[in-house]
Amino acid sequence: MSRKISSTKDSGPKVDRRKFLTGVAVAGAAGAMTPQAANATVAAGAATARVPSALPPTAWTVAAETGTPQKDLARIGGVAGSDFMVDVIKTLDIKYLPSNCASSFRGIHESLINYGNNKMPEFLTCTHEESGVGMGHGYFKVTGKPLMTLCHGTVGLQHASMAIYNAWCDRVPVIVVGGNDLDAAHRPPGVPTVHSAQDINALVRDFTKWDDTPVSLQHFAQSMVRAYKISMTPPYGPVAISLDAGLQQEPVKHHNGEKLYIPKYTPTSAPQGDTNAVREAARLLAGAERPVIVVDRAARTENGVRLLVQLAEALQARVVDMGARMNFPKNHHLSAGIAVVNNADVIIGMELTDFWAVVNSFIDNGDHGIGINQTKIKPETKLISINSVDLNTKANYQDFQRFQAVDVAMAADAETTLPSLIEAVKSAIQNDRKAAIAKRGEAAKKAHTEVRERTRQAAALAWDASPISTARMSMEIWGHIKDLDWSLVAQTGNVSNWPHRLWPMEKHHHWLGHSGGYGVGYGIAAAVGAALANRDLGRFSVNIQGDGDLMYAPGVMWTAAKHKIPLLTVMHNNRGYHQELMHVQRLSSFRNRVASLGGDIGPIGTSIMNPDIEYHKLAESMGWWAKGPITDPEKLGPAIREAVAVVKSGQPALLNVWTQPR
Amino acid sequence: MSHQMFRVVLAALAAGVVLGHGPALAADAAKGKAAFMKYGCWQCHGIEGQGSAITSAGKVLAPDPMPLETFVAFVRSTDRAMPPYSEKVLPNEDLADMHAYLSAIPKPKDYKSIPLLRQ
Ligand code: HEC
Repeated sequence: MSRKISSTKDSGPKVDRRKFLTGVAVAGAAGAMTPQAANATVAAGAATARVPSALPPTAWTVAAETGTPQKDLARIGGVAGSDFMVDVIKTLDIKYLPSNCASSFRGIHESLINYGNNKMPEFLTCTHEESGVGMGHGYFKVTGKPLMTLCHGTVGLQHASMAIYNAWCDRVPVIVVGGNDLDAAHRPPGVPTVHSAQDINALVRDFTKWDDTPVSLQHFAQSMVRAYKISMTPPYGPVAISLDAGLQQEPVKHHNGEKLYIPKYTPTSAPQGDTNAVREAARLLAGAERPVIVVDRAARTENGVRLLVQLAEALQARVVDMGARMNFPKNHHLSAGIAVVNNADVIIGMELTDFWAVVNSFIDNGDHGIGINQTKIKPETKLISINSVDLNTKANYQDFQRFQAVDVAMAADAETTLPSLIEAVKSAIQNDRKAAIAKRGEAAKKAHTEVRERTRQAAALAWDASPISTARMSMEIWGHIKDLDWSLVAQTGNVSNWPHRLWPMEKHHHWLGHSGGYGVGYGIAAAVGAALANRDLGRFSVNIQGDGDLMYAPGVMWTAAKHKIPLLTVMHNNRGYHQELMHVQRLSSFRNRVASLGGDIGPIGTSIMNPDIEYHKLAESMGWWAKGPITDPEKLGPAIREAVAVVKSGQPALLNVWTQPR
Repeated sequence: MSHQMFRVVLAALAAGVVLGHGPALAADAAKGKAAFMKYGCWQCHGIEGQGSAITSAGKVLAPDPMPLETFVAFVRSTDRAMPPYSEKVLPNEDLADMHAYLSAIPKPKDYKSIPLLRQ
């Protein structure tokens, strides 16, 4: 729509609305602009920035300064503001931009693909904003680098919000930029107006680390770099920028000859535990008889895994991995189940989502109303916490869980604190403790072997069942990926943790963790995003996909096919929202009623059957290789073999497998 | 099958004795499977009673279920992770049939004989 539309009744003074927004005098003579938007200077400060903090010119800047100036964008009378925005974004090394297109960001969209040549970032077409954010979520957990996504400020951000909440709870950075047309008097009436808001970021403010609404291009440059920096400082988290439509579309202007500059991004180092607290933690751990290490998002990188192994081995302490990331090798003799906390005398929890639930149990036995809450540990057990999220707690959404009192609390990043903790532990271990520590290791080895045997025997139960047991499905997958550099990118719809119990997971990328916020619909989107990252690294991605989760925004399958993202998706299709199915059954029993099934296998409103969804056809319709429904366990292995070959050739493949409930 | 039949009869006998039904009715494994589905036991325990580390707290119902008497007592009185089923919603006969069904489930293979689990 043209910006020239104006009310016939009220023509009013013709003030350039951007003047109001930027509060600057318009100096930008169109002819003075170079294609390198507004001669942007990449520097650390304002126009008067000190020289040492300036960045070397990017290839873009060099080309702009030495090449023939591009013709100005005739109709807008200058260089588009969104071209400068693209210059800013390009300094941040963001590889992809998975987004669903929208009019409120058409300015920057056009600049990205035409001015920015659709590289760094590359626009990936999504069919839902939730998919764009979810892809960024999965991508980050493989690469440690955030993606940016654009969304329509109101309705698009509303679509994206669940995925942003997942990223928030999972401590994952995603840079969400929402288009919005702020100028109520001049924006196009009708749909663009109903799609505008005073403050779009309000919608997600409770679960983003930071947000801003830049009102000038220079403000945008600062906001973008600041947003990136904040999101990438542990604890990581999503950030939001509201991007005014007018700012994108109007030409770059200079303020009193001031040139636009791009602030330099310098990563902020992660917070480390206070020296005295680290020493006290080490003293407690070194003197403990039965120390236990519990980890959730402790390892942010492969190095985090190595450090945890060092700490565990120094103490011969058992490690319970709660699984929000791959923290600790599952085949290590010190890897243990949660039950070991019961006898611990010292427990150190690192980046735990829920320390309370580690040391207490809650049984939902409905008719008592509040359930049964019991401590699992002895009163004298000492608790130590290292958790960066203590630095970033907000009030409204309750992701901070129940309050757990501890003896030593460090508001610090666990991975960053580990080297000093390991050193402190090593020097705190007295010589006379060494034999006992070694003995503890021997006992752990024995226990680990026994658990391994028991787990395998449990997996043999219902091995030949139809629908297929989740243990069988997990092992059939394993049989075909074990010799590849594999990555289990997502697992939705609970499969009784079989992959974690049976696969020798040891590398950080072997398991990426769950959604964080348990917002259903995460699985397939995060899997596609992670598979994109793994594709670039030459790794094989496998996704165990719940049926309910798939149906929230299945369109991301099309994105995978379109952008040639290889991904093996094996469905855990138990034909229902199984968690809820059990909830309704539980309540029916507590209330002394037989649950009404209405012709399905689960209580009315919880089954996804009659008709059964033909997920294989759904996938096929979007360009995937697919097969199903597979109900016979004997047919699963051969089908996986075929699917793996397809994925290795660079395509996504889906197997619709009918499974046991859990 | 004869072994299974034998167990079914035993189960039925137990049901008769324990639940005070007078002459024992023959418990029926096929009906038992239908009841196991109808009352939602499969949801947390798996269709073959194989259990789940999560939803049945690792408890396994089959093969070799606990004796019928204990089985019934548990289902009626559980007050923790498993919701209780009263006789009003779940008749004794159905429980006996379910027990017959669980008793008829064959033992699993030794995991060492399954190549995927041996590795
Ligand atoms: C909502 C989930 C749920 C449903 C539905 C359910 N159970 Fe359970 N069941 C459990 C859990 C969890 C346990 C373990 C309880 C514990 O250890 O306290 C259990 C334990 C049992 C046990 C004891 C096993 C042992 O070895 O100690 C029996 C028997 C049993 N269930 C039978 C049944 C039957 C029969 C039904 C259907 C009529 C049923 N359950 C329905 C969750 C469920």
